[in-house]
Amino acid sequence: MNTAGTWKLLRMALRRDRILLPAWVLVFVAVAASSAAAVEGLYPSVQDRVSAAEAVNSTPALVAIYGPVYDVRSLGALAFFKLIVFGAALVGLLCALLVIRHSRADEELGRTELVASGAVGRHAPLMSAVLVGVIGALAIGVFTAATCAAAGLEASGCIAVGVVWAGGGLAFTGVGAVAAQLTAGARAARGIAVTVLVVAYVLRAVADVSDAGWMAWVSPLGWAQQVRPFAGDRFVLLVPLVVFAVVAVGAAMALQARRDLGSGLVAARPGPAEGRVGSAIGLAVRLHRATLAGWTVGVFLLGLLVGSLVTHLGGFFDSPRVREFIESMGGKGEVADAFVSTELGFAALAIGGYALSALSRMRAEESSGRIENVLTTGTGRVAWMAGHVVLTLVAAAWLTLVTGVGIGMAHAAQTGHGPDLGSDITAALVRVPAIWVVAGVGALLFGLGGRLTAYSWAVLVACVVVGEFGKVMNLPSWTADVSPYSHVPALPAVGFQPAPLVWLVVVAAALTAGGLFAFRRRDMAAG
Amino acid sequence: MTAVIEVSGLVKDFGSFRALDGLDLEVQQGEVHGFLGPNGAGKSTTIRILLGMLRGTSGSVRLLGGDPWRDATTLHKRLAYVPGDVNLWPQLSGGEVIDLLGRLRGGVDERRRDELVQRFGLDLTKKGRAYSKGNRQKVVLVAALASDVELLVLDEPTSGLDPLMAEVFREVVDEERDSGRSVLLSSHVLAEVEALCDRVSIIRDGRNVETGSLAELRHLTDTSVDATLRGEVPPLDGLPGVHGVHVEGRRVQLQVATAHLGDLLTRLGAAGIETLVSQPPTLEQLFLQHYDQPEDVRPEPAVGP
Repeated sequence: MNTAGTWKLLRMALRRDRILLPAWVLVFVAVAASSAAAVEGLYPSVQDRVSAAEAVNSTPALVAIYGPVYDVRSLGALAFFKLIVFGAALVGLLCALLVIRHSRADEELGRTELVASGAVGRHAPLMSAVLVGVIGALAIGVFTAATCAAAGLEASGCIAVGVVWAGGGLAFTGVGAVAAQLTAGARAARGIAVTVLVVAYVLRAVADVSDAGWMAWVSPLGWAQQVRPFAGDRFVLLVPLVVFAVVAVGAAMALQARRDLGSGLVAARPGPAEGRVGSAIGLAVRLHRATLAGWTVGVFLLGLLVGSLVTHLGGFFDSPRVREFIESMGGKGEVADAFVSTELGFAALAIGGYALSALSRMRAEESSGRIENVLTTGTGRVAWMAGHVVLTLVAAAWLTLVTGVGIGMAHAAQTGHGPDLGSDITAALVRVPAIWVVAGVGALLFGLGGRLTAYSWAVLVACVVVGEFGKVMNLPSWTADVSPYSHVPALPAVGFQPAPLVWLVVVAAALTAGGLFAFRRRDMAAG
Repeated sequence: MTAVIEVSGLVKDFGSFRALDGLDLEVQQGEVHGFLGPNGAGKSTTIRILLGMLRGTSGSVRLLGGDPWRDATTLHKRLAYVPGDVNLWPQLSGGEVIDLLGRLRGGVDERRRDELVQRFGLDLTKKGRAYSKGNRQKVVLVAALASDVELLVLDEPTSGLDPLMAEVFREVVDEERDSGRSVLLSSHVLAEVEALCDRVSIIRDGRNVETGSLAELRHLTDTSVDATLRGEVPPLDGLPGVHGVHVEGRRVQLQVATAHLGDLLTRLGAAGIETLVSQPPTLEQLFLQHYDQPEDVRPEPAVGP
């Protein structure tokens, strides 16, 4: 393995990320620290904690997404139950994206070739990208552990939280490194890494709410979760996480040694000599379709999984205490509705991510100069942008529909109850206006300036933070209202209300129109 | 003759950096107009303003009788553009790109397309990612040349082509001119400019330094003369346009402004000429004279196109 020059490349990479990386570390540390600081006020007595924790553990929707509270008496376990494995997954996502950004994305743009022609070893570019991921994971882990301990929680548990997060980051640094070797395009590599992440997350979710507990052990995120901070602190599980990361990085290095610079593992196939695409919207469809197809399959499978879990919330209905709790919630049906509603809420956040990623294609078209090929043919700016935006809005609605169909089909197949399909689909579709608002923000930012497009992700992250963690962080309640998702009637758990949906559609339309208007008036970025 | 491009007093600022500083440019209908200047002079910025991608800070721009910013969509139906740095969609084949761009312009002339593909020796089935720079350029060239438009805007179109393909390009542009199309050709290949262009504009630091036919430009530069006379060399220093006089016995070497060549020859002829070598300025000298940095060298901007 030839890694000469790694340090120089690493310095350059860290310089490029001197704002981005510290900002991310800060977001993770701030969320963890404020949760740690808020918990004592929210649950002052042991009695409060036990009843809160038992309520969580009796709610399959929460357990599926965040994992159970492993020690119902522990202050730390309750403070962090939402942040353990979910946080590890987010750190993993960040690390995988960082590695791809500094390896495959640079390679695709031809920068790596420039660097590789210097006195730099064959493996140095990938190695430096991996080190960026490792540094990110360790920084988040160390700072999180330190600030939580400073907030007054038990030190060993705080270190365990740091281990869970850093471990998730390290494992997916490896996944990102492998994904970056497989495809010639960075976008496809990101898709592979995110798919692995989602599968790993789903495996542990299924393990938590069904009888298939073994599934947690085939997922790196399962290992991270099983560290169980504040409830045993099983530090030994860091070993498989690190081994997984080392093996993955080694595999990535081996794959890289077998391929040419700039190519993926699969050789490009020739295309047709004559084209059928003949319009701007046709081109947009062509550019979006592969990703959309992947997402369609993904959300359908997730929907099927959620739908089949509804009636199989295995171990949950066994203990008398849980049964009692479920009774108090209004019976089995209500619990199932809450489960579907929560999962749909998460699907809607993910589909918001799809929408932003689809809209970011416009930025890629502009900064690569490809946009000028199209705009100098008599295609108007508004027509071009509207093509991408409308396609994105329709695709977001389509993915939401497919999620609902997936849930409903599995649900109905299990209950033998036809109407479940219809009600699950309706429950899914009410989320569409909120997703459109997120997309509208993306469209507005792109219209105002191509460089601003990246900030639309901050908006989605803010929706997750205020919507999911606002309570545990003890944020003022108005902050939740900033997120469009919090205005959606949470069908099927809550009744249908048309007014908020109309408002969301109006806001989305205004944002989109603003984006189109601004785009008509600004300079194109230099090609 | 009407002008297809009329630019006057065009200014474009990027933040505090002034990319264009009162530029003038006029392209007549049916001519091939060379657009020259050192790197960073503002050629691509001018072209991108002409295409409505950027909006000029001040000054007036007319393209095919319209305003390139306001009437972009309608004007673009009547022109075709080849950027200097061609980027193609990685997942689309060359054939797909040519057909897409052609249809967006309102239709592809299949026969013309096939003819151009053959002449440029282009493999249409490769995907965008797999093409070399020259081949990417050929894809967009074929798309532009196969469309039925009045004006071709070509920004360094041959910078990646091999000499054989550059020759094909010249032939094709010649044919385009013969069929009455106007061409704005930005290029650094002097032989190409000499072979193709009716008139040229040379710009530097966002301003014109020279416009005219090559013959006119030659006229403005010096011819070097090396003569051996029958008799004594007459005093020449007083003659207009003459400088760098070097006398060695009956032999004289000097530089003369081409416009004053006649006067010089009359004077030398009176003394009786034995041998005479007169060398018109090469294109290279002509351009280097204009490209050369002036006294007040402006620093390269750190940012900007």
